[in-house]
Amino acid sequence: MNRTASMGLFSAVAIILGYVETLLPVFTGIPGVKLGLANLVVVFLLYTFSWKEAAVVSVIRIIVIGFLFGNLFSILFSLAGAGFSLAVMTGIKKISGMSIVGASIAGGVTHNLGQILVASVVLENKNLLLYYFPVLLIAGLITGFLIGLLSAEILKRTAGRNRL
Amino acid sequence: MKKRDFVLVGAVLAAALLCWLVPRALGIFGRTQDTELVITVDGEEYGRYPLSEDQVIKINETNVCQISNGEVNMTEADCPDKLCMHQGPAREQGQTIVCLPNKVVLEITGETQENQADSVAQ
Ligand SMILES: [Zn+2]
Repeated sequence: MNRTASMGLFSAVAIILGYVETLLPVFTGIPGVKLGLANLVVVFLLYTFSWKEAAVVSVIRIIVIGFLFGNLFSILFSLAGAGFSLAVMTGIKKISGMSIVGASIAGGVTHNLGQILVASVVLENKNLLLYYFPVLLIAGLITGFLIGLLSAEILKRTAGRNRL
Repeated sequence: MKKRDFVLVGAVLAAALLCWLVPRALGIFGRTQDTELVITVDGEEYGRYPLSEDQVIKINETNVCQISNGEVNMTEADCPDKLCMHQGPAREQGQTIVCLPNKVVLEITGETQENQADSVAQ
């Protein structure tokens, strides 16, 4: 498969995961908290290709999901979360001594924080950030951990295969 | 997982605990008595309502919220995601219900006009 075709495929998977997430009511309680299922694709791409491929697929996913289920605001919030998270994960990947699980945890936490940060700026409400900060940290930790474990497993199983 | 992963997990847990404890110890969050509902639309205060009074509040043409038994819920919204209608109930000082698309924030505050008058008198 060539690079463009595989990017299209990964975007489709990310969009489906993002859609599945909108069907889950469990994580909608707090603004900014998401399961971040689509982050699985981002973490995988970051570790198999580079941050550029991960960024391209992220942006495509956010714009498509945003136009289907949200509006301009939700696109803005998602971009803030995803951008912040990808930047931090890219940095952590370069640090020796941290595994893909650590990077994914950092990504999950910063994803949530980026979203609530933009939300409290746009809404001019600092209490929003303060009150939900601890919840967002823990939620990001748990989802990041699970997605990290899953990504590690997928990487292990696809390693050595002549992929793409 | 490597050793530094565990350091990261520890740091996140510690930060979460600290950020939960400190505002509550200082009395910024957590109060459930003498509280008011503050509604803001697009950063502007729309109105204040005591939580002790059951009522239904229409917020412009976009949202409707309800106070009952000291709790607030968003009961109607014309936004596409309807996330705000699932965030409640809010009843503790500091809790918020947010409708991002309509920029409507319902916040429980302990800074009621009565409380502020008290602190001035002291
Ligand atoms: Zn809403």
